[in-house]
Amino acid sequence: MQVPKAFNHFFEETGKVTKFTSRFFTSGLKPRYEFKEFLRQCFVIGYKSLPLIGLTAFIMGLVLTMQLRPTMVDYGVESQIPDMVSIAVIREIGPILCALIFAGKIGSSIGAEIGSMRVTEQIDAMEVSGTNPYKYLVVTRVAAATLMLPVLTLISDAISLYGSYVGVNIYAITSFRLFFLQVFYALSFPDIIPAFIKTFFFGFAVGMIGCYMGYNSSKGTEGVGRSANAAVVASSVLIFIIDLIAVQITEVLGIN
Amino acid sequence: METGTKNETTFDQVAQDEILVAITHLKKSFGNNHVLKDFNLTVKRGESVAILGKSGSGKSVLIKCMIGLLEPDEGKISIFKKNIPDLQHEELDRLRAKIGFLFQSNALYDSMTVRENLLFPLRRHWIKTTREEEENMILEALNNVGLANTINMMPNELSGGMRKRIALARTLILKPEIILYDEPTTGLDPITAKEISTLMVEIQEKYGTTSLIISHDLNCIKITADRMVILINGICYAVGTFDELKESTDIKINQFFE
Repeated sequence: MQVPKAFNHFFEETGKVTKFTSRFFTSGLKPRYEFKEFLRQCFVIGYKSLPLIGLTAFIMGLVLTMQLRPTMVDYGVESQIPDMVSIAVIREIGPILCALIFAGKIGSSIGAEIGSMRVTEQIDAMEVSGTNPYKYLVVTRVAAATLMLPVLTLISDAISLYGSYVGVNIYAITSFRLFFLQVFYALSFPDIIPAFIKTFFFGFAVGMIGCYMGYNSSKGTEGVGRSANAAVVASSVLIFIIDLIAVQITEVLGIN
Repeated sequence: METGTKNETTFDQVAQDEILVAITHLKKSFGNNHVLKDFNLTVKRGESVAILGKSGSGKSVLIKCMIGLLEPDEGKISIFKKNIPDLQHEELDRLRAKIGFLFQSNALYDSMTVRENLLFPLRRHWIKTTREEEENMILEALNNVGLANTINMMPNELSGGMRKRIALARTLILKPEIILYDEPTTGLDPITAKEISTLMVEIQEKYGTTSLIISHDLNCIKITADRMVILINGICYAVGTFDELKESTDIKINQFFE
């Protein structure tokens, strides 16, 4: 039986990504470590993404509260809004939304940056200069993305809840203390820990896919654009797949 | 002038210790595309050799095999009496510090200033220098190319010719014994191309470097090269001086000079 070309291509590409990723755990984690570049990437990937992620998180918390309110009022459980928003934001919406925005901003920028470096021979120049480009470009960016996304998610969750607090106060005056007391009463560790852990995997996926697409960029500016685009699409899909797997694991482990 | 598949001067013609580069029976293919079939070349210390060939004839592949960016399928590339394909990463990096490479696209790091671009190879090769020494080395390299005033500029603020000069300065900072030039004048106007060619000669005279130049530009080759090699069908088809090859009656050689 003839295997369809698309399947062949899919498996071929999956194999290449796996090989590329395995280098991170083999050669990538051995010295020499690129601490300076890693810190620079943490700044670029983490700090510079904060305004965008903070803004979207605030709007998301606000809008979610405003959309939920009429239904909650109908059922007479308006006072449960902080509980509902906090569980929704912390468990699912916060990490996913943050990861998707992160994929759009960071995945595309890594793909385009490394892609243009490939096309303009900068990666070759790095190798000639006695630098392992995989360690310098890929390991630093993937490690920074893996560590920064959880931090950004924590901050964005907090901002979302603040947005929700503002949303609640549009219709009725509620104290900051009361709102957040209710939020923390509603939350338990099984809500926070699995959601937090999966963000490390989201960050790793976004960084790795962005680097892979850029590193294997074909010649020309069109190739760079395609790499950036493919990085966003592939990492967004991967985020949902990881999320699905994470939910299944927490179900199996009974920490849901 | 020598032509044919025997190609190139043999080892016993020149003293062994004078030979810096010896390429023997080099083969490299990409799928069914046999780019280099049986390439042989020797380059002596202080010599400037240009390699001329059509687009896609494997000139860039050859130069990338020499610096270890591509792995040949067969054959030896002996530089400083070490076979490049056999070297481990660390040893290759140490050897690369003695070999400069000027990329066709200049390959300047967009996110770094001129100073940082020049510092990069210096720091990456673990060369122990004080800040003052580093500064002096950067200034010397920039003065060599006449662009000391661009030290704090970004590559995108420079013209094509200036970028080429900065790339050359970055190549020079480690004072390499061999410089590999990949199409050094491509994309430049004739006047700038001539300036770059002259600069290459000046550098060779000043530091006594050995040069291997890949080029289509006959004017550049005429100015810079002591010897020319014509690469046809993956082999070293002819070797000689510019004038010798220009006078050749061989049709395949003549087409390059038409």
